Amino acid sequence: MQPRIVNGVADRNRQDEGTQTMWDYLKLAGLGLVAVLAAIAANYARDLAYQVNALTVMLAAGIAFLWVLRTAGDPKPDLSHEYMDGVVRAGAIATTFWGVVGFLVGVVIAFQLAFPQLNFDWLQGYGNFGRLRPLHTSAVIFAFGGNALIMSSFYIVQRTCATRLWGGNLGWFVFWGWQLIIVLAASGYVLGGTQSKEYAEPVWYVDWLITVVWVAFLATFMGTLFKRKEPHIYVANWFLLSFIVTIAMLHVVNNMAIPVSIFGSTSVQVTSGVQDAMIQWWYGHNAVGFFLTAGFLGMMYYFVPKQAERPVYSYKLSIIHFWALIFLYIWAGPHHLHYTALPDWASTLGMVFSVILWMPSWGGMINGLMTLSGAWDKLRTDPIIRMMVVSIGFYGMSTFEGPMMSIKAVNSLSHYTDWTIGHVHSGALGWNGMITFGALYFLVPRLWNRERLYSLSLVSWHFWLATIGIVLYASSMWVTGIMEGLMWREVDANGFLVNAFADTVAAKFPMYVVRALGGVLYLTGGLIMAWNLWMTVKAQPAKSPVNANNAVPAE
Amino acid sequence: METYSFLRQLADSWFLLAMTLTFLGVCLWAFRPGSRAAHRDVANSIFRNDDRPAEDHPAQSRKEA
Repeated sequence: MQPRIVNGVADRNRQDEGTQTMWDYLKLAGLGLVAVLAAIAANYARDLAYQVNALTVMLAAGIAFLWVLRTAGDPKPDLSHEYMDGVVRAGAIATTFWGVVGFLVGVVIAFQLAFPQLNFDWLQGYGNFGRLRPLHTSAVIFAFGGNALIMSSFYIVQRTCATRLWGGNLGWFVFWGWQLIIVLAASGYVLGGTQSKEYAEPVWYVDWLITVVWVAFLATFMGTLFKRKEPHIYVANWFLLSFIVTIAMLHVVNNMAIPVSIFGSTSVQVTSGVQDAMIQWWYGHNAVGFFLTAGFLGMMYYFVPKQAERPVYSYKLSIIHFWALIFLYIWAGPHHLHYTALPDWASTLGMVFSVILWMPSWGGMINGLMTLSGAWDKLRTDPIIRMMVVSIGFYGMSTFEGPMMSIKAVNSLSHYTDWTIGHVHSGALGWNGMITFGALYFLVPRLWNRERLYSLSLVSWHFWLATIGIVLYASSMWVTGIMEGLMWREVDANGFLVNAFADTVAAKFPMYVVRALGGVLYLTGGLIMAWNLWMTVKAQPAKSPVNANNAVPAE
Repeated sequence: METYSFLRQLADSWFLLAMTLTFLGVCLWAFRPGSRAAHRDVANSIFRNDDRPAEDHPAQSRKEA
């Protein structure tokens, strides 16, 4: 029995409970409906990828149904005086897990390239390079990077707005929705479900689900910004918001497709030919620009000053960095299509904007690095800062290399060679990977309320393994890429090509082995991090609680 | 004029000008008088409210304090 203190309050409570019950019924009905429809879809499925995906959705809806059923009617305490950290903790676990999985698949396909025998006969059609490659790219970009971004967004926006995440459990919907998308996409790729667009392989119904989850993500983020208790919106949130908004736009436009059947995974793109290619690389390059750059810059602008314990070097520079990046990046896509059917003016436009883009990128790099001015001694004592600094260094390196490679003359040598792969990985492993590791090392002790990390020397091991791994990776890809480009264009005195394609493949073997070893080092570093983070939570006592929010990490 | 030519012409004339001016305006706005204090405040905002959300009107209470 509820004590009736004041009539009005009791009435309002009863009303709230009524709304709550109604809402639970609605959720149960919706989840039940999804489960039944998914079962029907699995029954009528026209292909295996669709069938397995439908069964996965049915299972997920079933589990969610049971969970809602069992927690229906539980008292909902007012948590507005606490941050919503449960979903950030889940994000930290997911980031670590998918990171290790993505690196592992990367190492496997690197060895498959060096030793083609590893494309086993008994795995043809499931575990060969062609099927595993999108699994690797999606796992590291969207599963590892995506979870890192969602986790950081939720953490940063709450701290800098000094308010709890908006939308109640909407944050949890975003988290679990994203995991479901990852599982659907990954299992689909292996079974042949793909729309064959690079970095946008998920099939049409997964694309719809991505749209729904992404809109929920945007709503959660914007809602929190709207109810902020700080007068200004900190610059990290600008970057994160631009990342969320732009990805929504890119995703919807690039995935305009008409399904062949609602019971199959095949669809037909609305655009075709050069228009489709241009849209694809407008999407592809801005996925790099806004997912892997703007989003991760948001992380940089929060975690680096926090770890260095001093504010960002120049707030004005960060504003100019932001707007310059926003105004320039969106035009750079055509540099992926030099010397193709794309009109000349379009690829020149892409090249020019890519070259100009070098400036704001280095402005951002300088801003990040100079944040440490006066605290450079931390580089010697704090391996986390070291990781962040190397990450910003790789950001600077790859944002110099990228504009250079976008110049048509350079591109005629580098395009279609392994140089491109080396460039991508110095950005992805160096910049995105290292800043994410830094963020994880920063977040885990705070999220689980531990005094410190389990072992700083393990962080140092991770740092050196990862750094040496990247150096091996990037340098071997430079060598093999330039060699390959030169071999392709080599002609004899009579103007005949000197090398067959297979000659270049044979010549690349030693570099492929070095690259795979670099990947092994990077993966080993990732495993050491996972162990270190696990032991940070497992083997250390919790700090004495400072307040209700710090007390129990069992949300 | 057909849509393509119209948009093409708009894109490399007035709209290009408008975007360039907007960008320059935004940059100049960052250097407006009085921005230094605001920027210092917001740059340091990450060191507040680490453990729990702020009370209802922190901005006001900070000014009063």
